[in-house]
Amino acid sequence: MQPQPEQYTFDFHKETAEIFAESHDELKIKLGEFAGPLDLLLYLIRQEQANIFDIPIAKITDEYLTYIRMMKRLDIAVAAEFLVMAAQLIEIKSRMLLPHDPAAVEDEDIDDPRKELVDRLLEYEKFKAAAEMLYEKTTIEQAVFARGKIESDDNNAEISATVFDLLSVFEKILSRHKEEVKMEIHREEISLADMIRNLKKRILEVGELSVIDFFAELHSRRELVTAFVAVLEIVRTEGVKLVQRKTFGDIILKKVQEQSG
Amino acid sequence: MAETAEAKEHRDIAELSRAVEALIFVADEPISTKTLAEVLEEDREMIASVVEELASSYEERNGGLQVREIAGGWQISTRTECHEDVRKFLKTRPSAKLSLASLETLAVIAYKQPVTVPEILEIRGVQSASAIKTLLEKRLIITKGHKETVGRPMQYGTSKEFLIHFGLKDLSDLPSIEDFEDLISS
Repeated sequence: MQPQPEQYTFDFHKETAEIFAESHDELKIKLGEFAGPLDLLLYLIRQEQANIFDIPIAKITDEYLTYIRMMKRLDIAVAAEFLVMAAQLIEIKSRMLLPHDPAAVEDEDIDDPRKELVDRLLEYEKFKAAAEMLYEKTTIEQAVFARGKIESDDNNAEISATVFDLLSVFEKILSRHKEEVKMEIHREEISLADMIRNLKKRILEVGELSVIDFFAELHSRRELVTAFVAVLEIVRTEGVKLVQRKTFGDIILKKVQEQSG
Repeated sequence: MAETAEAKEHRDIAELSRAVEALIFVADEPISTKTLAEVLEEDREMIASVVEELASSYEERNGGLQVREIAGGWQISTRTECHEDVRKFLKTRPSAKLSLASLETLAVIAYKQPVTVPEILEIRGVQSASAIKTLLEKRLIITKGHKETVGRPMQYGTSKEFLIHFGLKDLSDLPSIEDFEDLISS
């Protein structure tokens, strides 16, 4: 009989995790990237067709360690969490080897050193299934299209920019400044209060101001940081809001219109 | 109440239905029953029943479009059956899917929100920092303030984009996490 190469894939995400067991007598190659140690453990338990409530710890621990060694041999960085789990497995295994205290209560469940691990595995498995559900939902959603953009969308739609958007703009500017080699001889001190005052004045004059433009005028990192805080502060305290006309567009500081009534 | 009723002649159902359909079509984001009611100056319950009726009429017609409830609002969209032709026309390909780690992290956040990074670590057994970064960039999750505990860790929750991305009416539209338990044991 032709030995069928056994292949394991996360059925909902082919790109990442795969394990190959080339022949049936020996696990020759085991490779793959698992979402984490719990994921790997679940796979090994499944493969052994073991009962999750009665995990053959010695065997699973051996296989787990084989996998980790294989990864190391192939020079794949093993995340620290995998090693922590290895240590836990070994600990459980050794605790299982200890003779039972004959005087102890009969209820073995409480004593079972595997219990905590089983609970974690069961909890994890639920979320793994939930992730799979989400995957299926996106697949369906990708087959659904809303109407195309019409002219008024880009003109009227105001997407409120989040602090996160603001931060990424700030990072962009900051990294641009990193490349400039500058000799700073004396420190220009501009206080936060001054910065806020300037910014407020400008917004009131012009009505609106692009955050990118505002940051671009500044030179030192110190000034940039002050400006960034000033932007956050002015949005919080003054009649100014952050507006993004389209996704990934410029973030604009805008004066809030006087509310009528 | 009586005043508005007098000031504005009540439109009949057919007229309302027309207006509702037009508004849903023209809105570039799912439009809520509340907004519809405000614009049309009608009772919310009234509008709700008109929208339901409209949605089922689309259903009956079984055409290329559907009126569906998503992210707390209503939207007109194509039916899944047409995706190949639509895609061919738009010349788009399905966008890159989220990684396994990101999906798992998102699942934990969706069900446990508001949730902190250490809490996610506890369940997944592995660091999720880069997954969280990806999810924030894709606007699928948002920060939900600090947890008032040692170190004041940041808490995360899902966003409106999350609902849209996964075609959910609201969070209760997600199957309960206990359902997965049954699924696994079966």
